[in-house]
Amino acid sequence: MCGIVGLFLKDPKLEPDLGAMLSSMLCVMTDRGPDSAGFAVYGAGDPGHVKLSLRAAPGYDFEGLARSLSLSSGGTPKVAVRATHAVIEFPAAHEAEVRAQLALIPDVAIVGSGTRMEIFKEIGLPRDVAGRFGLEGMRGTHGIGHTRMATESAVTTAGAHPFSTGTDQCLVHNGSLSNHNDLRRVLKREGISFATENDSEVAAGYLTWRMREGASLGAALEAGLNDLDGFFTFVVGTESGFGVLRDPIACKPAVMAETDQYVAFGSEYRALVDLPGIATAKVFEPEPATVYFWDRAQ
Amino acid sequence: MNAVTPDLTFDLATSSLRELNAALHKASGESNARRWRVLNPNGRHALAAGVNAPLTIEVDGHVGYYCAGMNQQAHVIVHGNAGVGVAENMMSGFVHVKGDASQAAGATAHGGMLLIDGNASARCGISMKGVDIIVKGSIGHMSAFMGQSGALIVFGDAGEALGDSLYEAKLFVRGTVKSLGADCIEKEMRDEHKALLAEKLEAAGLAGTVDLSEFKRYGSARQLYNFHIDNAGAY
Repeated sequence: MCGIVGLFLKDPKLEPDLGAMLSSMLCVMTDRGPDSAGFAVYGAGDPGHVKLSLRAAPGYDFEGLARSLSLSSGGTPKVAVRATHAVIEFPAAHEAEVRAQLALIPDVAIVGSGTRMEIFKEIGLPRDVAGRFGLEGMRGTHGIGHTRMATESAVTTAGAHPFSTGTDQCLVHNGSLSNHNDLRRVLKREGISFATENDSEVAAGYLTWRMREGASLGAALEAGLNDLDGFFTFVVGTESGFGVLRDPIACKPAVMAETDQYVAFGSEYRALVDLPGIATAKVFEPEPATVYFWDRAQ
Repeated sequence: MNAVTPDLTFDLATSSLRELNAALHKASGESNARRWRVLNPNGRHALAAGVNAPLTIEVDGHVGYYCAGMNQQAHVIVHGNAGVGVAENMMSGFVHVKGDASQAAGATAHGGMLLIDGNASARCGISMKGVDIIVKGSIGHMSAFMGQSGALIVFGDAGEALGDSLYEAKLFVRGTVKSLGADCIEKEMRDEHKALLAEKLEAAGLAGTVDLSEFKRYGSARQLYNFHIDNAGAY
């Protein structure tokens, strides 16, 4: 069992409250996933720049790390530290060189990258995790979150969700995949690397691979219906929106609510009850084996 | 919303669900308070589960899992949507969901009536054992799986694998059926079946709202292993 939530704002007036709303939704899902929690928020972004979400042990000197990273144009990345995570931002043209420097620092893991996406995840109760990273104060256009009750791999930060699937893209998963070992071998041959034995990371790697081969996110999710064996409800975040897919058996729960102001996803309706205007929202269950997508660009 | 003033109102914004359910469990046919109203259910699970008294319980809002589970005698009305397993294992009474119901509505229920005004998701009436279920919308896949007794009546469409491994539950669908499950077949709609359908609709207060001739009947072909007398010796 796990809990997943997602919130996509249509009304810009709500953007300052995104983090507070997402935090409330996440905390309600504690009894579906008390082992670890995580979230991705799509906030402000500077076109032409890239943000890397980094993770390290408690007390790690991210400020010092940022000062030690040199950009070939001169200067160092901007850094914003939040507990065990930090987001560094710099011109996108320097991404390869910064990644090369970070690859030499084994204490620091890159958990996500993009112009707007920031990922934070940690073991512990969702309330503590949200508090540690200051989720309540974050603003943005959309975000997704996850509370984990571990089944397929250990309770570690690396096994916490969301998993990055590419630039400004990430995935949260409720369920368990039964063919993840086989699929991981196939994907490794295709050059996809994995940090954990976690089944959800394989789903993320699978989508990354499909999109690398030219598929759109929608097409990659459709293909997943054939290639991923097991139970899943996925919520995926992209730079401009979020998508939902459930396995054909619809083993794992999902409830959605839509108003003129937002589209919200929860594993259970309870997660949605504090949202504004929920009493008159259109509340529905997404159909099995059907890709749903909400996009700001459209 | 309520034609009659309730005898008792429970606001779950200020009282706990345990207090509500404990009070409902204490009630009996002798109780003075017969009409209960519940405010702010906010998707809570197991609301009004295990009631065994002739009460009318109106819930204003959406409920979570297993609402009115194991119900006996009570008339439970949900003015909203219901989560997984509404009226699961109901023995008697009447449960009315004014919105949509999630998966496994009426699962394993032995008796009573479950009326859903909207749609029901997958596995509606799974392993039903005598309950009557009427869905005014459509139902999801694997509905009435291993249904043993009772009637499932659907005004809309049915999803994949309707009536898989069915025993003696009777299925009536007015719209399309995406596919039939193993050993489930369409059967002739004889006068006795039309009479049964009319009787169930009347019991739900829906007599005359639909044309009975538009329904098709589905049931077990009785060809699976457990229906063959030759296999009886294995036990």
